[in-house]
Amino acid sequence: MKLVIPAVVFAMIWAAVTGSLSPLNVILGFLLGLLALWLIRRDFAGNRTAFRPLRLLALAALFVKELALSAWRVAVLVASPRMALRPGIFAFPLTVDRDIEITLLANLITLTPGTLSVDVSDDRRFLYVHALDCSDPVATRRDIADGFERKILEALR
Amino acid sequence: MDILLALVVAVLLVVGGLFALLAAIGIVRLPDVYTRMHAASKAGTVGSSLMLVAAGLHSGEFATFARAFAGVVFFILTAPVAAHLVAKAAHQAGYRLSRGAVCDDMRDKAKN
Repeated sequence: MKLVIPAVVFAMIWAAVTGSLSPLNVILGFLLGLLALWLIRRDFAGNRTAFRPLRLLALAALFVKELALSAWRVAVLVASPRMALRPGIFAFPLTVDRDIEITLLANLITLTPGTLSVDVSDDRRFLYVHALDCSDPVATRRDIADGFERKILEALR
Repeated sequence: MDILLALVVAVLLVVGGLFALLAAIGIVRLPDVYTRMHAASKAGTVGSSLMLVAAGLHSGEFATFARAFAGVVFFILTAPVAAHLVAKAAHQAGYRLSRGAVCDDMRDKAKN
């Protein structure tokens, strides 16, 4: 039963992507959505994911802004005659602990200015992040913890 | 109205193309695989996304625009994963950071 609501959303997306709102097509999308969700049903077990649309929207808005800024900075860096690089990999201590949160945070970090997630430690306590400018890892850590990590916690818990 | 739409499409195409070009230049100019992934994952994603949106707007049909938009969403979902996996594989294979690198917590941890 828990799968039905996401499957309805999937059916809408399916209708939009295939470009046809005919009932048969929507039903097909619904069934495909159910099948896809059934395949990953085990990851739904014991979920305590809250759903806060407004907070998710805020997260998405922050993300789009950071992505634009990030692409701009890489572009400026690449186009400058002397590239001022101080690259390095630093460990970021994770507060979030669930798979979906870590995945989301890693993806967001990769698409934000100057940082790229490389790996999660085996005990899932650290995220290793590559930074184009690693001269001040303390400040970068604080930016991530106060920015994306907090927003993720607000949106999903 | 048509002219306005055409202008928006043109601007999106040119800016998107510029970002894609700069991503390509970045892959040539940056010193190691990790810094190159920055260029490929960020500037590349934004460049392709802008051009996809331009294509969707130009078609003037909702169905085409929805598909282009879905393409953008999938780009944003997959590009970081690809960059992350390439960087992770490179690090596991022992590929070092370039000489200007200032810190590597991951290597330090592996030693302990």
